[in-house]
Parts: sequence; C-alpha cells; structure tokens
Amino acid sequence: MIDRDQVLHVARLARLRLTDAEVEAMTGELSTILDHIEKIGELDLDDVAPTSHVVALENVLRADEPRPSLPRDVALSQAPDSDGVGFRVPSPGA
Amino acid sequence: MSTADSFAAVFGSRPNGPTRPVEHTAAELVAAVRAGTLSPAEIWAEYAALAADDDLNAYLWRAETDPGADPAAPLAGVPVAVKDLFCTEGVPSAAASRILEGYLPPYTATVVQRLLDAGAPMLAKTNMDEFAMGSSNENSAFGPVANPWDRTRVPGGSSGGSAAAVAAGLAPWAIGTDTGGSIRQPAALCGIVGLKPTYGTVSRYGMIAFASSLDQAGPLTRDVTDAALALRHMVGRDVCDSTSTGHPEEIALPTAERLDGLRFGVPPELTGDGVEPGVRAVFEATLARIEELGGTVTEVSLPHSGHAISAYYVLAPAEASANLARFDGVRYGRRADGDGDLLSLYEQTREEGFGPEVKRRIMLGTYALSSGYYDAYYGRAQRVRTKIAEDFKAAFEQVDAIVTPTSPTVAFALGERTADPLAMYLSDVLTVPMSLAGIPAISIPGGLAGGLPVGIQLAGPAFAENRVLDVAHALEQAIDFRAEAAAHG
Repeated sequence: MIDRDQVLHVARLARLRLTDAEVEAMTGELSTILDHIEKIGELDLDDVAPTSHVVALENVLRADEPRPSLPRDVALSQAPDSDGVGFRVPSPGA
Repeated sequence: MSTADSFAAVFGSRPNGPTRPVEHTAAELVAAVRAGTLSPAEIWAEYAALAADDDLNAYLWRAETDPGADPAAPLAGVPVAVKDLFCTEGVPSAAASRILEGYLPPYTATVVQRLLDAGAPMLAKTNMDEFAMGSSNENSAFGPVANPWDRTRVPGGSSGGSAAAVAAGLAPWAIGTDTGGSIRQPAALCGIVGLKPTYGTVSRYGMIAFASSLDQAGPLTRDVTDAALALRHMVGRDVCDSTSTGHPEEIALPTAERLDGLRFGVPPELTGDGVEPGVRAVFEATLARIEELGGTVTEVSLPHSGHAISAYYVLAPAEASANLARFDGVRYGRRADGDGDLLSLYEQTREEGFGPEVKRRIMLGTYALSSGYYDAYYGRAQRVRTKIAEDFKAAFEQVDAIVTPTSPTVAFALGERTADPLAMYLSDVLTVPMSLAGIPAISIPGGLAGGLPVGIQLAGPAFAENRVLDVAHALEQAIDFRAEAAAHG
C-alpha cells in the first residue's frame, strides 16, 4: 500500500509535477502493483546473493588512449537553450 | 499496393515461388540480388512505396531517398526498419516520447551501424511503446499501431511497429529491443519470428536506455533463417558498451530438419492456468510435432518463475527511474519553462513530456529505491533474480531447450488492458523469466487460434543461439505456418 502523501513525496524525488488527478490515480494503481510485487516477501532469500551481472564478466579494460569526442557545437546542437559554449538554464535560486 | 495487399503477399500461398520483392524473405532477397534477378534499387523502390502507404501507423519516419547499396555487401541492400529507440544520426529518434520529439541524435547506435556496414540501409523508424514500456504499443505518444491480422487488435509491444511492419510486408525485416518480452511478444501476436539474444551479445550503445541490466536488441523477421542472418550482423563486442561480450561462435544459418536426440523441457509454472485454451491447443500440437521430429518432451520445473513478474516490476522500473533522470529539458528534447527557476523547469518538462505509463514506472522505481524501501524491494528482487537464473541453469542440466507459449493469449483488443496496468504487466508473464536470466529465447509462429497467430517460445542456455535457431528452424519447417495462414485466407 502507498498513500497520497507518499506519492507526493516520491513525485518530488523523481522531479515529476503530477496533477491532482494523476496523484489520485497513481495512489490506487501503485498500491495494486505493490500488493502483487510484495509476494516476493514470502520467499526465504537469506543465503542468496543478489544478481549484480547476469553474464559473468571479469574486469573490462581498454587502453587509456585519447580519442576525439563530440565537437562542442554538435553536443550543443540539440539543446533547448545554449549560449554557444554551454547549456543555459535559469538560476537554481531564482 | 495497399498494406492489406502486402500482408497477403507475406502470408498468402505462392506456388511458383516469390516474384515481387515483397514476396521474398530477406535471405531470398540477398540470393536474388546475388543471382542478378533483382537489384537493390528495385527492392528499395518497392519498399519505399509500401512505407509511404503504411496505414497501420507502424512507421514514425520514412527514408525519402534511396541511399544506394552495394550488391556485393553481405546484406546486399536489403532494407531494414529500425525501432525508434535506436539513435540514428540526423534522423528523428524519439523513443516514441513527446519529451524527445524532434530530437536528432549526433551519432548512430552501434547495432544499426553494423547493419548499415553490412549493406542493409535504413528504411524507416518504427512506432513503439514510449521508452519501450508497454506490451501493446498503446503507450506511444504518436498513437497505437494496428495488428495487420485484425485491425481492432494490438500488435503487442513494445516493438509493436517493428512486428506489424514485418508481418504486413512493409519491411523485409526489422530490429527491436527486448527488456521483458518486447521482441518476442509482439512477434507472437503478429505471426512472425522474434529473437532476444543472450544479454551482452549485441551492443547497447546508442539504444536509448530503459533497464540497462535487461535491455537487449534483436531481430524481428519473417522466418528463422532471416533471424539468424540478421543476428550474425548484429552481434559483436563494442568498446562503447563495456557490458557487451560479443558472441563466442559465428552465428550459422540454421539447417536442421530433425530434432533427434534433443530433450525439450516444459515448465509447469509457465504452461498452466492463465494460458487461454486456443493458445494451449497450439502449444500441445507443437509438443506433438517435437516428438514426431524425434525430440523428447519432459516436464522440468522452474520453481521461482512465478515470482518473475514481481521481481521484474521492481528491477526494471528502478533502473528506468535512474536512466530517465537524464530527460530534464537541459541538453536535448523538450523544455517547459516552469515557474522561472530550475527545479520547476525540470518538474514541468517531465510532467508535460512523459506519458502516463512512463510516469507510473518512474514513480514505482523511485519508490523501490527510496530510503527505507531499498532492501525490501530492490535488494530482494535482485536475490529472486539469482534464484530464477539458477532455476534455468539446473533445468539445462536436464534438457537442451525449454519450450512454452510466448504469450498466454492471442492479440487482445485495442483498449482492453489500458485501464488495468497490472493486467498489462501480466502479458509478459512467460517472457520475463528468460530476460531476468539473460538467456536467448526465440518466438516462432506455432499456428492460428480463432484466426490469430499463436507464438511458441524456445529458450536455451546463455550463448546457445545456434542451438536455439536450429531447433526453431526444424520446428518451423514442420509447422509450415505460411500454409496454415494461406489456407485460412
């Protein structure tokens, strides 16, 4: 179960501004899904290692050699707002 | 030629063999180019015309000019449709999301580049569920895709546009991505072949990330031979994806006609209640065919697979919530102004840019990773994942392949599951276990139920793609789905 206050808290963590209708719907839907998910609480998993990688890989290394990266104008070309040298955003404190 | 006509060309009878390009499989097109009976330009012209007439909403972008092709290249100019989840340089790549509408990537995904380098030009970008989250293609920001078998039904998802395009003859073949069934389930619902390779064999570089520990690209094709041919040119280690392994074997074109000496495991956990009667009948007929071809069928237990959906809907949303943090209106894609400060810019951009299912999964994943809940959800789900992988390892000590239906139902009606997210999630109950275990699995058409295709899923141990393809090929020959579809008319 998840309640309205938790939904609002999680939405803040996720940087989502939900409408009142979305908060209402999300509370019910997430509760239903979490009820289903909580079945894994029934399993005895005390001595089981968590999966970190499904196909075992040793340390993957490569030579540390300089390579060209995206030119700045290309990296900035899709930005909603740019000053030509960086991404432009409003002040966090505004 | 209308989409209905090209669909008939794919599944109708052709007693004198293929004549027009649309009637050929991809491997047949390569052979025809080699033999000089078709040119890449003729193939392109036919498919460009078909793409222009797409009335299924399968395509989000179409190439306007023939890029030209080298007839001597391995794939001889046979064009490919590419899921909108792949970044393609200078070509819109939006993951079917408003938040990336109009985005033109500065680079091309490695797997797409490999196909281009092998001589397969890109024909179109295909519709999909937004950020690959869905099982019906109804979560696309650009509208649902119709199933060419029955336009009132879904094509499956998330690679719904790729599956519908191949089934309807709008493309010779396509590529998609599979996180919990997103290649196999739409392939099943559209009556074609879909292969999810072993995790890591195909590079994820340039594939817009959903759940990085599960995402894997693979082919959607008209037959098993085409799946092998495409996969051969997709696998490979990539310095840009440190989780990529390449494949230890050359992918061979399958030739098997018999299954003598091969042991097939049927897990009761994935073939019991919930599989609808029409699907069950086709599945049981398939088991009988396996025995006719010399294979043996035994029961093999996957005791934790009943918990796969629960584990998956912790792990995949958790990874998605982190991966989708990058869509914030700063570096690319849509931006909303918010209230003039940075925080509200982020929040408003994401509120306007993401659709309901994407928001739901971000919320679910953020909750599962939040302080106080991490161990109960993410930690436990990762342990369940280990148990599921161990179940498969133990099963493959006893059998060579595992066989199940791909989907518990045939294609369902548009709108049928959109109001019930959990019902939609359960569409993937038979495909998610293999994804969690990272193993290869293919869906092939097994027959028709009520005039709609039923998919059969065959899974093998990690890196056993050649075995899985061979088994699938032998079964495909015996099933002769094309003849059944043609007789059904």
